[in-house]
Amino acid sequence: MKLRIAILGSILAAAALSAPVSQAQTAKAGDGATLTLRGAGATFPAPLYKKWIAAYRKVEPTTLVEYAPVGSGDGVKRFLADSVDFGASDAAMTDDQIASAKQGTVLVPATAGLIVLAYNLPGLNGPLKLSRDTYVALLMGKIPRWNDARIQATNPGLNLPDREIVVVARQDSSGTTFALTNHLSAVSPQWRDRGPGVGKVVAWPDNAMIVRGNEGVASRIKLSVGSVGYIEYSFARYLGLPTAHLENKEGRFVAPSDVVGETTLAANLNRIPANLRVFIPDPDGAESYPIISFSWLLLKERNADPAKAAALKRFVNWGLSEGQGLSSELGYIRLPANVAELGKAALTRVQ
Amino acid sequence: MNKPFVVPVKLDSICQPPSSMVLLVDRAFRALARLGVIVILVLLAALVFEIGGKAIPGIQKYGLDFITGNVWDVNQHKFGILPAIWGTLYSALIALLIGGFFGISMAIFLTQDFLPPRLAAVFRTIVELLAAIPSVVYGLWGIYVVIPAIRPLTDWLHHSFGWIPFFGTTLSGPGLLPAALVLAIMILPTIAAVSQDALSAVPLKTKQAAHGMGTTHWEAILQVIVPAASTGIFGALVLGLGRALGETMALAMLIGNSNQISLSLFSPANTLAALLALNFPEAGPNEIEVLMYAALILMLITLSVNIAGSLIMAYAKRGNKK
Repeated sequence: MKLRIAILGSILAAAALSAPVSQAQTAKAGDGATLTLRGAGATFPAPLYKKWIAAYRKVEPTTLVEYAPVGSGDGVKRFLADSVDFGASDAAMTDDQIASAKQGTVLVPATAGLIVLAYNLPGLNGPLKLSRDTYVALLMGKIPRWNDARIQATNPGLNLPDREIVVVARQDSSGTTFALTNHLSAVSPQWRDRGPGVGKVVAWPDNAMIVRGNEGVASRIKLSVGSVGYIEYSFARYLGLPTAHLENKEGRFVAPSDVVGETTLAANLNRIPANLRVFIPDPDGAESYPIISFSWLLLKERNADPAKAAALKRFVNWGLSEGQGLSSELGYIRLPANVAELGKAALTRVQ
Repeated sequence: MNKPFVVPVKLDSICQPPSSMVLLVDRAFRALARLGVIVILVLLAALVFEIGGKAIPGIQKYGLDFITGNVWDVNQHKFGILPAIWGTLYSALIALLIGGFFGISMAIFLTQDFLPPRLAAVFRTIVELLAAIPSVVYGLWGIYVVIPAIRPLTDWLHHSFGWIPFFGTTLSGPGLLPAALVLAIMILPTIAAVSQDALSAVPLKTKQAAHGMGTTHWEAILQVIVPAASTGIFGALVLGLGRALGETMALAMLIGNSNQISLSLFSPANTLAALLALNFPEAGPNEIEVLMYAALILMLITLSVNIAGSLIMAYAKRGNKK
């Protein structure tokens, strides 16, 4: 909630600064000059997109971009229903979905981020380290309390409290949930075969608190002592939530950060398919953080309004170049140069 | 229908028969009032028809399992609202206990000569102002004030009396108790205002008679005046309960949105209204029908509470007259 207010505040501030000039210009140029591009989808990259939109107003004052963070599932739905100019999803789109898009689909990776387990344990004397078995069990609701022997085992010196563990999870259809469960299924056969499995919506433990959006999970963790939940790293960083160090494929505990994110991406991008849909369920590399995801913009190949298509291409192109510079200050991962180039190349298919 | 009554005109009288204008206004107002009543009834019928109609596919598909099931899984098309029904009733009852106690106490305090009349009027207005605070403000207040304030107490209760099921878990943040507390404050003005009216309506003679019998102030209040006003006070409680069952926004923020049935006051829970508010925004056609079904159940619960309340009140009134 705070995050949303702050984001809103910054947008309003940016708008207030740029509005007098741009509105005066557009008023002179006439009504047809201002284009509004409407997008909706993932909440995971929403803070970055909002920042892009605010910065882009100075670059091209006649183009207004609006983005509604409604969750990846709803983003894809609206994109397929053709009710937005662009969609956004951290689960990309399935082959069936791509096939069913009448206007054709171009997937453009716009940013990437780490999914962290943020927790609220006041007075804890150090960062929490969670082994692979532990965090799978924890998210399945099989560890009742924080001072459980399984958690204490990897955190010998930590004063873990005698409190209930409350998992905070997503209620809406979410790409963040998809990326997390995709990872958990890759590392735990139990999660994959006898547990919740992979999906944008999965069944959580009975006592889990179910809330909407990355910002909802983040603010719920912030106000619930003893809770733990999964969010994109930038949300945890913005609210100052501590994040667990997770055990990676090589058995090392890695703390999430934008630098670690770049290292992780660099170590894992050997082959990128033509549709630019890359999932990395369990990254390789000793320094890699285990849960990472790209976030895609969904664009239509054939747009009804050529002026809008051109403006959208300019905006996305800007995001893939200058926009990337805004990533790390928020906690997102800068796209590797080759991925950004592939994205720009894919943009040419948008007509 | 109604014949305008005819009065023989006497020129020396200051009385005049109603002019045709007055009669017209009278008739127009009557028609307007009647129209208003009809519109309300039609609106209610349309509402029930609309919700019921959209719920029919859900009712056919899930039947009674919907009410007794406790899994809500969109992927597997399993929908059960027992935890939400449980949370709705549990939170409303606790709120009624707390809000009822304080509301009635407040009504007694403000009507039974404990305060100078002017001061009592000021307090009455302040209590009624509570009703003007928007629900979302109550929610925020609950999150940022109530939860941190009660957490130390709940931790102590849990660690000292954790074996009692009501204190069986730790309070993490949003949960049943903070929700019920805020709900109690939200229904307080309703209960206090209606109880005050009931207490003020007790004839002065009754009170004087009680004092004349030699009762103390408190004996008169508890044994004569409150029983005499009990029908009205009961009505106040029913109204409060009705409001508590349907309250949405503050509860969606405070209840914790967790589909479990737990006796513990400190566990996150769910209510029907919160479930509806949270799930509607992006519900697909499959989900709309079950949400309509859930809305219908909520409506049935509040309706039956109100009908039961009215029946008991009618019965009590008849008993009083005998």
